[in-house]
Amino acid sequence: MTLTKLTLSEARAGLLSRQFSVRELVQAYLDSIKSLNPTLNAYITLCPPENILRTADIADTRYKSKENGLLEGLPIGIKDIFCTRGIRSTAASRMLSDFIPSYESTVTERLLKEGALFLGKTNMDEFAMGSSTTHSYFEPTINPWQSKDDLDKKFVAGGSSGGSAVAVSAELAIAAIGSDTGGSIRQPASYCGIVGLKPTYGRCSRFGMIAYASSLDQAGPMTRSVADAALMLEIMAGEDPRDSTCSTRSVPRFSNSYEKSVKGLRVGIPREYRNEGISSEVNALWNKGIEWLKDEGCEIVDISLPHTRYGLPCYYIIAPAEASSNLARYDGIRFGFRQDAPILDELYEKTRAEGFGAEVRRRILIGTYVLSAGYYDAYYLKAQKVRTLIRQDFEDAFKNVDVILTPTAPTAAFELGSHNDDPIQMYLNDIFTVPASLAGVPALSVPAGLDQSGLPLGMQIIGRHFDEETVLSVGSVLEKAASFPYCPPPLCTMYRRVST
Amino acid sequence: MSLTPEITKHIAKLARIELSPDEIEPICHTLNNILGWFEQIAEVCTDNISPMVSTEIDSLHMREDLVTEKNQRESLLAAAPQTSGPFYTVPRVVE
Amino acid sequence: MTYIIEGKTGSWEIVVGLEVHAQVISDSKLFSGSPTTFGAEPNTQVSLIDAAFPGMLPVLNRACVAQAIRTGLGLNAQINLQSRFDRKNYFYADLPQGYQISQFEHPIVGKGCITIELADGQTREIGITRLHLEQDAGKLLHDQDPSLSFVDLNRAGIALMEIVSEPDIRSPEEAGAYLRKLRQILRYLGTCDGNMEEGSLRADVNVSVRKAGEAFRTRCEIKNVNSIRFVMQAIEAEALRQVDVWENGQTVEQETRLFDPSRGETRAMRSKEDAHDYRYFPDPDLLPLVLEREWVDALKATLPELPDAKRSRFQAEYGITSYDAGVLVAEQAVADYYETVARERDGKLATAWVTGDLFAALNKTGSTIEDSPVKAEMLGRMLDLITDGTINGKIAKEVFEVMFETGDSPDTIIEHKGLRQVTDTGVIETAITTVLEKHADKVEEYRNGKEKLFGFFVGQVMKETQGKANPALVNDALKARLNNS
Repeated sequence: MTLTKLTLSEARAGLLSRQFSVRELVQAYLDSIKSLNPTLNAYITLCPPENILRTADIADTRYKSKENGLLEGLPIGIKDIFCTRGIRSTAASRMLSDFIPSYESTVTERLLKEGALFLGKTNMDEFAMGSSTTHSYFEPTINPWQSKDDLDKKFVAGGSSGGSAVAVSAELAIAAIGSDTGGSIRQPASYCGIVGLKPTYGRCSRFGMIAYASSLDQAGPMTRSVADAALMLEIMAGEDPRDSTCSTRSVPRFSNSYEKSVKGLRVGIPREYRNEGISSEVNALWNKGIEWLKDEGCEIVDISLPHTRYGLPCYYIIAPAEASSNLARYDGIRFGFRQDAPILDELYEKTRAEGFGAEVRRRILIGTYVLSAGYYDAYYLKAQKVRTLIRQDFEDAFKNVDVILTPTAPTAAFELGSHNDDPIQMYLNDIFTVPASLAGVPALSVPAGLDQSGLPLGMQIIGRHFDEETVLSVGSVLEKAASFPYCPPPLCTMYRRVST
Repeated sequence: MSLTPEITKHIAKLARIELSPDEIEPICHTLNNILGWFEQIAEVCTDNISPMVSTEIDSLHMREDLVTEKNQRESLLAAAPQTSGPFYTVPRVVE
Repeated sequence: MTYIIEGKTGSWEIVVGLEVHAQVISDSKLFSGSPTTFGAEPNTQVSLIDAAFPGMLPVLNRACVAQAIRTGLGLNAQINLQSRFDRKNYFYADLPQGYQISQFEHPIVGKGCITIELADGQTREIGITRLHLEQDAGKLLHDQDPSLSFVDLNRAGIALMEIVSEPDIRSPEEAGAYLRKLRQILRYLGTCDGNMEEGSLRADVNVSVRKAGEAFRTRCEIKNVNSIRFVMQAIEAEALRQVDVWENGQTVEQETRLFDPSRGETRAMRSKEDAHDYRYFPDPDLLPLVLEREWVDALKATLPELPDAKRSRFQAEYGITSYDAGVLVAEQAVADYYETVARERDGKLATAWVTGDLFAALNKTGSTIEDSPVKAEMLGRMLDLITDGTINGKIAKEVFEVMFETGDSPDTIIEHKGLRQVTDTGVIETAITTVLEKHADKVEEYRNGKEKLFGFFVGQVMKETQGKANPALVNDALKARLNNS
């Protein structure tokens, strides 16, 4: 048995029945990281192996004494946007390249409470601004999947949670967590062939998660199965008095309810999504997905989300506007990078010019502009009104359907370096993921097939506010129908062959 | 609405991000492209539509007036790039 | 009484509006659980939230919201059941987040008003535009190092109420009266201690000048003036400066200025924020604040009696003058003290003792009414002893002095010193006999028409009884004896 191929749920079962020990499981991951991380660059910071193994041994004793938590000893990757006590937390920025928090984010704290074992902090686009995990102060992450036509080509992981997606896909973590602002969990999940869930806004606490755009940021699981995502979400979610935007609703036992029958569910197919630069393969896969759901007794309904095409510009106004304010605290005074200067304003300007990368600087400038006097009404206020209409689109649709099925991204992963010059081209990757973020509704990406060159493609299921259960249930059906070959991504096998 | 190099400089000043003279032109160009792309939202009719402020229709929850924080000066200042005694320090400011 | 500046080109009137920042009385900060104690060691009352560490989020303090509502109710203002927090973005070393959480578009309190009274007894209404909640900034120290400013964040994040007046104020005197009245109301409500030296009440003063009948001219804002006297001086200095500028054919620039009390003049501030572009937008970390009507009503039911109402009641209930009532309600502690003394007693007598002997004694020893050695109950008891004739007014002064020195009860003092008033007519008659015999010549003069000698005889009889004789009895008995020839 190759331990690193097990899903989270399978490994849990194995540990509970003592088929293998936590130490064995964790050692397998440490070996895998050692051999592959230098190539893939999924992690920015790795926890010291001796600490990990010590924790693993403690976990083993807890299994023996039956005091184990739900995630006891399960090796997990944490996106470097979550603050973790005593572990460097950088948001992939030079600004925080030496920042070691004295505190723990709520979401990671809940994972730790269930015994999760953190392997390290995964790479991302700086401050979660990007769709490729190339905008990192710590170099890009590489997608483990390769085109069967050209093995020399390298593909992006997607982003911004690309490091987490790659860690899960390339067997460098059994599961991971990411954050999604406009698609940052779902799009890399789609590019790397894993499951990624963006919960309803307010489902998971944002406390201790480094803010990009506060009205959109949401933590979520990235896993090798829908069952794993359900379990992870169940642990991560729930009321937190430290986050005023976190919902006080009770959290369902997703791990019990993710396989609800979908028979008779009404599934909306938004006609506007057909137009937007979608590849023929993606289109074909979408049709396949529709057939799978029909086979399970779902009713397919043609729907309209009329403001879809305005989602992207709307998002790229609102998110940078919030970011320009959220990132003002990085001023070189109380923590993080500082470039000294004899005048305070100069200190700010140099610190922020050198501490932030190009894409972050660009978004701060855009955000500053759209909020500034004379432009606020035309950009920010207008975008917030359009956002109301986009949410209205979903509310109207959900009067008639239970979930909405779309592709996660218009294409498979693109080649590393191919979109570098044109930010708008890069922004277009988010076209299908952004509307759900703006509306605050939950959305799940499930790997559903491969394109002609052998790269993964994901389907997205969007649900009603706080109805992750239905979203997961539909995802579970697609997962079974697609029986997606999670592993092995070709690059990994090749690299293993060379290195061993 | 076209962004001039002058406005670009003003925005960078507001955002406290230094731009070198040779950066201004290309950044101005990129920002103009992005802003131009934004213009499409102007076509949407938003008469009588209120801006969306938060995602869930919910009211702000509040905490009780309790002191829950202890003195943590030492650990706070330890994270700072520059301090003097019990203070953070910045270049001298004239008011 | 109009305040007019006579310039070279004619008369100018002044237009003033005040923005008062009042520190809310609460145990913890507006959005964090840090303490708010004044004068703590630098940076010891700072949490990760106050220092704006990555991933930190604000959570609103319910008590601060209640204080804002109570203040709004005390200012007869509209309470907005829906309000919202916005971010005011600017960079400064005392502002860790790079923005201040404030309320811009939708404040928690809307229009209200304050009635002020001027020296000549006239009253005026000054409109309140709004009141909103916001975070205070930290403090910079500039005199510790030649090249550095030091940052202390203890104050960062403490709740402030910004109370904005309409530009209704027309003289320095009115500005002073407005601030005193506002401070009095805040103290009554217990929402701000009003301590200007400690910075818990600070005023930004907007001043412009204009000729009679004109629309408003450009105003200047004088930031952070920290005493009522300075506010009045700053207005005067700034108004004179502006008249000068206009009369020299120049234009007043809209700008932020500082008042220098040592020179008695204002000067332009070295631009703290370039081209004020605060980029306000709704804080996405905080949902809209929706108040339940029942909560507001419950807070309203617990409001204390406010100075204006108390003053009217004191006049009516205790039969005292408007002036005296005004003095007594100036501070809640004094008003409470007075009421304890005056309740079911002679209100005028109580007023005379409180505003007379008590205030004088407190003044002399530099103490406040709270730590007065003479407690209200004791003073009340002394008044009872005057009323029932146990002591007379003159002896009472002596008793009061001892009470103030020793804190002893009036009964103890009277007993101990044998000060009980003599009402035994036998004793008084004997004393009269002694006096009349001793001053037979004067008795003769009196009987021959020199009636003003009557006072002399009273004095002598009192002296004979060591001041303890009941003056009324002495009067009666003396009259009887002298007229009975």
